[in-house]
Amino acid sequence: MTHRIAIIGGGTGGVVLANNLAERLAPEIDAGEVAVSLFNDGEDHIYKPVWLYVAFGQREPADGRRPLAELVDDRVDLRIERVDDIDTEEKTLSAGGGTVGYDSLVIATGSQMDTESIDGLDEGGYHFYGESASTELRDELLSFTEGHLVLSVIGNPHMCPVAPLEFVMMADDWFRSRGLREDIDITYTYPIMRTHGNEHIAEWARPRLAERDIAVETMFNAEAIDPSDGMLTSMEGTELDYDLLVTIPPHTGSDLITQAGLGETGWVDVDSHTLEATEFDDVYAIGDAAAIGVPKAGSAAHYQANVVAKRLTSTVRDQQPTATYDGKTLCFVETGMDEATYVSFDYNNDPSPGRPSRTLHWSKLAYNESYWLTARGLL
Amino acid sequence: MSTESIDADRTVDSRGATCPGPMMDLVGAIRDAEVGDVIELLSDAEQSTTDIPAWADESGNEVLAIDDAGDHYQIYVRKT
Repeated sequence: MTHRIAIIGGGTGGVVLANNLAERLAPEIDAGEVAVSLFNDGEDHIYKPVWLYVAFGQREPADGRRPLAELVDDRVDLRIERVDDIDTEEKTLSAGGGTVGYDSLVIATGSQMDTESIDGLDEGGYHFYGESASTELRDELLSFTEGHLVLSVIGNPHMCPVAPLEFVMMADDWFRSRGLREDIDITYTYPIMRTHGNEHIAEWARPRLAERDIAVETMFNAEAIDPSDGMLTSMEGTELDYDLLVTIPPHTGSDLITQAGLGETGWVDVDSHTLEATEFDDVYAIGDAAAIGVPKAGSAAHYQANVVAKRLTSTVRDQQPTATYDGKTLCFVETGMDEATYVSFDYNNDPSPGRPSRTLHWSKLAYNESYWLTARGLL
Repeated sequence: MSTESIDADRTVDSRGATCPGPMMDLVGAIRDAEVGDVIELLSDAEQSTTDIPAWADESGNEVLAIDDAGDHYQIYVRKT
């Protein structure tokens, strides 16, 4: 009897998991005792952190895109099909016009933008969470020589929690190096009473924003955007005039999760350590799709994938799974165009950003190049 | 106000979420609500008991009650 493992989603979590399983379970897969299938609705794998660099003309969208077929181990059954439904009772998926059975299911469906929930957001705001979005923002930034740039964090949680801080610090440096900063004001808005969801990162960021003359508006939850007047209004009654608005749009999980009844907002409730769905048998969720309160970051998805690979390996070998996720997350934080720091934390240890350096910036750029080894399960 | 007499229009269960998750869940619910609607927020993050009133004060919404249910808090907020 073959144990069928189905993975939905070919992002960082799904690809790392598929390749990790292919290596761990190679003997069982070769013997026909285990089958690993990876479902994705497109042929390419996307490395999303590239988009922030696209906005500043440092990278092209193609730098973050590679065919899944080149990244995924041959032992994995790669299926370029959209999964339309999940039946956790019958343990089946609807995909490619047919029904596919599974014994273990891993949901790694990521996040998507919800730009329609705020009036005017689609027309009035730019963002960098997509290939076309980041190139449109790049073009706008290149022609922006004076005025008020507002970065407004509207959605939370969102992908890469430090990205908004990175954006304004990079923009500050980028405009300074081009001799434009004196003619450009920058304002950063955040929905709660500090500059970041994590209080340690917020404490680190506040003086750095101040020393760069980046204005801060906290407790600012965008309610409406008026593109014709260049006005951003908050639920708290604050109005901000802008000439260029960059937002962190609201995020939602996959429609598939909602439609299949696995989670109201597209995120799946899972145990924060085992990553097993709390309400469904033999279902895991990893990465952005897992509602466990850790950052929606590629590193978290990567570490979670390794944990689930170990747990599934134990399961198919009739052993008690013991691997657990400790909340580990690691994020580089660009603090300008040529310096960076990083944060590393887990459920028991808080982040403590260090002194930014060029070395860490180049480490981040080096990791961007070597990421493809991570996707292959080699790093 | 006794929480037993509060009839919530919607319950948002943010138990298990770390800050600022519960507050962002509430903000989203208020954003979608009609004026006069009451949102019941369930949160096991103690910080919610201070963050939510601070945000409600800033945004002009009204905290009707905060009830300690033992392992979580029930926070009732009316959209104004």
